[in-house]
Amino acid sequence: MATLELRGIEKHYAGVHAVDGIDLKVRDGEFLAILGPSGCGKSTTMRMIAGLEMPTIGDILIGDEVVTRLPPRLRNVSMVFQSYALYPHMSVAENIAFPLKAAHMPRAEREQKVAWAAKLMGVEPLLKRRPARLSGGEKQKVALARALVRAPTLFIFDEPLSSLDAQVRAMARGELRQLHDRTGITTVYVTHDQIEAMGMGDRIAVMKSGQVRQLGTPQELYSNPADTFVASFLGTPPMNLLKRDGRIVGFRPECVRVAHAGAAMADGAFRLEVKVIEVEFLGADWQVYAHAEGGSEIHKLLARVNSGDAAALKVGESAQFTVAPADLRYFDATTGKRIEHGGN
Amino acid sequence: MAATESAMRRGSAGQRRAGVGDRGGPLGGLMLAPAVIYIVALVGVPFVMAIALSLSSATIGNPSIHGFIGLQNYFTVVHEAAFPIALRNSVIVTIATLVLVVILATAESELLARDFRGKWFWQILIILPWAMPVSLAAVNWLWLLDSEFSPVDWILRQIGVLGPGSLLGPAGHLYYYGREGVGLAAMTAINVWRLLPLGTIIVLAGRTAIPHDIYEQAQVDGAGFFRVLFRITVPALAPILVVVAVFAALVVFGDMAIVAITTHGGPGYSTQLLPYWAYLKGIEGGALGEGAAVALYMFPILLAAAILALRMAYRSENG
Repeated sequence: MATLELRGIEKHYAGVHAVDGIDLKVRDGEFLAILGPSGCGKSTTMRMIAGLEMPTIGDILIGDEVVTRLPPRLRNVSMVFQSYALYPHMSVAENIAFPLKAAHMPRAEREQKVAWAAKLMGVEPLLKRRPARLSGGEKQKVALARALVRAPTLFIFDEPLSSLDAQVRAMARGELRQLHDRTGITTVYVTHDQIEAMGMGDRIAVMKSGQVRQLGTPQELYSNPADTFVASFLGTPPMNLLKRDGRIVGFRPECVRVAHAGAAMADGAFRLEVKVIEVEFLGADWQVYAHAEGGSEIHKLLARVNSGDAAALKVGESAQFTVAPADLRYFDATTGKRIEHGGN
Repeated sequence: MAATESAMRRGSAGQRRAGVGDRGGPLGGLMLAPAVIYIVALVGVPFVMAIALSLSSATIGNPSIHGFIGLQNYFTVVHEAAFPIALRNSVIVTIATLVLVVILATAESELLARDFRGKWFWQILIILPWAMPVSLAAVNWLWLLDSEFSPVDWILRQIGVLGPGSLLGPAGHLYYYGREGVGLAAMTAINVWRLLPLGTIIVLAGRTAIPHDIYEQAQVDGAGFFRVLFRITVPALAPILVVVAVFAALVVFGDMAIVAITTHGGPGYSTQLLPYWAYLKGIEGGALGEGAAVALYMFPILLAAAILALRMAYRSENG
């Protein structure tokens, strides 16, 4: 168990800055999700933590030790690859035992550890099988058993759920988080799926173009995004962003209310004339597709409203949306960075 | 209207007749035929003729296979002094070659699987022996290991391991083709040199097919270079290495060119190999039946080796 620290990490490939200055501290026992679209540098960052790539500039510390120049085998880091990378010619038991053999652990102790890890992940009945005869979910469990068998100082997960079926994935998400909670091992979890990051991470680092755009708890990121990228990347559906008075105004779809004719409005509420394009029934609520009227360009908006509000809307007709002042976020129109106060 | 309709029907019926290309059975037969004819004519017929010859008293002077004498030729050749020596030498050269080819091809593919500066140059160097005509290569090796003018001897003398009072003995020359052990070693070296390029290409193809993830996983799991090589690369390559070994064994065991150009089996029978012995007996010596018998002794050995190797390859893939 240990902390992880990245100090000014940069990685250049032939002049391209794949990772462009990352400073990050992961606390002992924390589950940190690194979230970003493909090509944002999150995989390169993860590979540098594991030791598979050497940073061009900067230092990596595990515990309080600088490991920047150490090869992967000297870092005591466990990694689960997207493909699970099980050794195809070894049985499940041999796969799990491999890191222990590499550490020259005596046979008796090794067998005990393998049995323990197999039991923890529930793969005991599979121990004699070859990876080719395992399902996707079983492969993942074996890969996790292999990762945790030697009590690493750090877990690194590279999109470990992306090759599973949707049904298995939700289950596996829970199991992964439980595994972390039981072992208490510091974890770095790389994903492009914001649902995974939001659901599992203690904190999330949102990356884009080789930089960390925002680091914080899922709640912080969701309610107070640092810029328009984070605002539009997190949440399904994402935050509505529209230009008003030289700034960008943002609000979450679930913060929208429909103004009923004649009803009194709260003071200072944000009012918006919209044209209703489509109304979808989602079960618990309704999703409204609308175009904001006025201004030179058309803004597409999404709103989540209750059935009372939905009943007041007619497709193809105009309506008035309102958002409470506390739910509004303001961003600079040129940099996209958040402006702390509305500045009326 | 009716006329055009019937014309259309006729037209489409004409187009709709199935050709040879549409019928799987006859087409498959046609496409297989060249290979079948080739194998029957150039492998099957000579093989049957060789069996017939080996059971007959045929000679160059009287090449009739009607003189049936049973297995007598087989007993005769086994009791000749040259036979056990030739058999032993063939086995030694073959096994030594295939072991060396497998080891060196694995090493070379390990090197070529990595990226480094000037890799293309080394690739060309490694492939070069393959592009060289066998006769040219043999002359090259004859000169390289010449009794008097061998540059290898010269280098050994210069670094002080050959010559009076040194590691390899007092003589100034090793006389490669004049001494049993050195002669066999020289033939092995030529075989290895000749087979290594193709062996390397085959192993490299297998090596690059191993997913890169597995190597990175092994590194993160704490494995060093040799553990990765022997616990990951070699087991994953096993089926390919078996193919290379079988290929090398079949080529070397059946080859008589190298021994014919270098030692001629001498001195005495000390570096004799089975295929060359069969040639000397059957063609040079004129005893067609006995020559065929010697050659056919190689058949069960090669067959057994091939079956064993293919079985191992199959098992390692499905185990």
